[in-house]
Amino acid sequence: MSLVQIRGLAVSFAGQPALRGIDLDVAPGEALGLVGESGCGKSVTWLAALGLLPGKARVTGSVRLGGMELLGAKAATLEQVRGGRIAMIFQDPASSLNPVHRIGRQITEALSLHQGLSGAPARAEAKRLLDAVGMPDAQRRLDAFPHELSGGQNQRVMIAIALAGRPEVLVADEPTTALDVTIQAQILDLLQGLRREMGMALVLITHDLGVVSETCERVAVMYAGRIVEEAASGQIFAHPAHPYTQGLLGALPPLDGERRPLMAIPGGVPEPWAMPPGCAFAPRCPHARAACLQAVPELADLHISHRAACILAAEAPVLA
Amino acid sequence: MLRFLTGRLLRAALTIAMVVTFAFIVLRLSGDPAQIIMGADAPPEAVEAFRAAWGLDAPLWQQYLRYFGAILHGDLGRSMRDGRDAITLVAERIPATLALTIPALVIKLSIGIPAGILAALHRNSLLDRLVMALAVAGFTVPSFVLGLLLVLVFAVQLGWLPSGGQESWRHAILPIITMGVGGAAVLARFTRSAMLEVLGQSYIRTASAKGVPWRDVVWGHALPNAAIPTVTIVGFMVGSLIAGAVVVESVFSWPGVGRLLVVAVGNRDLAVVQCILLLVAGTMVASNLVVDLLYGVLDPRLRAGKMGAQ
Repeated sequence: MSLVQIRGLAVSFAGQPALRGIDLDVAPGEALGLVGESGCGKSVTWLAALGLLPGKARVTGSVRLGGMELLGAKAATLEQVRGGRIAMIFQDPASSLNPVHRIGRQITEALSLHQGLSGAPARAEAKRLLDAVGMPDAQRRLDAFPHELSGGQNQRVMIAIALAGRPEVLVADEPTTALDVTIQAQILDLLQGLRREMGMALVLITHDLGVVSETCERVAVMYAGRIVEEAASGQIFAHPAHPYTQGLLGALPPLDGERRPLMAIPGGVPEPWAMPPGCAFAPRCPHARAACLQAVPELADLHISHRAACILAAEAPVLA
Repeated sequence: MLRFLTGRLLRAALTIAMVVTFAFIVLRLSGDPAQIIMGADAPPEAVEAFRAAWGLDAPLWQQYLRYFGAILHGDLGRSMRDGRDAITLVAERIPATLALTIPALVIKLSIGIPAGILAALHRNSLLDRLVMALAVAGFTVPSFVLGLLLVLVFAVQLGWLPSGGQESWRHAILPIITMGVGGAAVLARFTRSAMLEVLGQSYIRTASAKGVPWRDVVWGHALPNAAIPTVTIVGFMVGSLIAGAVVVESVFSWPGVGRLLVVAVGNRDLAVVQCILLLVAGTMVASNLVVDLLYGVLDPRLRAGKMGAQ
């Protein structure tokens, strides 16, 4: 039974589709990686699910949490879910925190909304959360402003705020992109540890396949507003079925073995107003044939919990 | 903090000194006060005597030094017209001006800021377009045109309100509205753009993602940030409380500081003009100083760091 169930989720801005029908499930406690290049709809999927897109966005489809439909839900319902059952942290921690409020206040605000805590108990809990996310000198940091902390510390604060509602799902939208490499590893370890401790699901949105391979059990690859491949982490790295996934993995520098020139995927992502009629990847695909340009391929089962949206992959034998 | 204040005060003093110097030069260059006050037909001996009496026969640099020295001793000189202390003359007019500018400021704040916030919150809606259309109209129409229009409609056509003078509170209504409209329009535009800027920031999305109700996002997260740029323009308005009514006072024959200035300039009544300019510069500089201090209160990033980044 999945915790979050996304069906046919589509988003368009001013008539231009950004998300073109997403089906995605998140199981309780699992770590799911959502991978793809900038603009493919990774973040939009979750902003849409939580109703955080600007008013001009048109959102259709269904997002269910437990049995509850989130799309079109009342403001009060969504406010309970946001930060309470599904928390989200963002890419640039320095600009994601309010510059004029102290760290402590930003954490206790979430505690008051979702735990009903206020005053001294809220402050004590905020300190405990800062300790839990590995903030040095937590007591004193409660009175600091975001600009007085480093990027990594601010991201820890964001995580502390996210934990304040004891969420069932934590959506981390490129949580380490703005941080330097050593801090990246610390933050990812922290997220992993907290996920296990608290039994919450983690959705890691990233364009970094390395991050996903270390952190996630399952991976969904997105391209031009659709999911093109979905499988267990080990399976997708060993036997990528979609030519786009193959291309992404081919572009990764190998850690050991002989040095080889990195492969690049030719061309660029089609613009939303110039989507090819068939498979969106066909114009860049080395294996494309006439049929690929005819119809959009369905996300089809290739193997136990391995799905890909490619007519070639559906024909080829799948290795497991 | 002390160093910050000292620096600011020194700079303020420099600004005022420059204003005083500038006023001195411009007024001396723009005509001979003796000739103007005594009249064109006055006998040359009388004009000479006037010059000697007021020290206008000394070389310009001596006059400047004497004038500057007097100011440093708190002596702002006497009106060449009626011989009274310039500062008394100006001080008498201040209450009349404040009677217009303070209510006008209240109108600017109570209409401009809420209108700007509403427009920003309903961006691109009919309400937003209406507010912005009114705002553009409000600050593109010069105050003397608006003043005359209001007189034409409410005094001449409808006969509801007097067109000028200072006999009762009813005389103050049209000048107050004239000043309030333009300022409210400027503030509405400023507040709107400040709010839009803030509403697009990531921390607003974070607040929503935390589950903060939209009302509280606006009040608790957006407004405190949008207040920072808005304070600048409000400070400017407070700074012009005393001398910001020159045009409107002239249009409505309101005997305030602004009209005194116009009359004094016409008469080359040097001491009075310089006294008013000093007052204008002083209030503007003081309100700027307050704004600078307020920045520190509103924006912790501008305060001296207590903890410092690691």
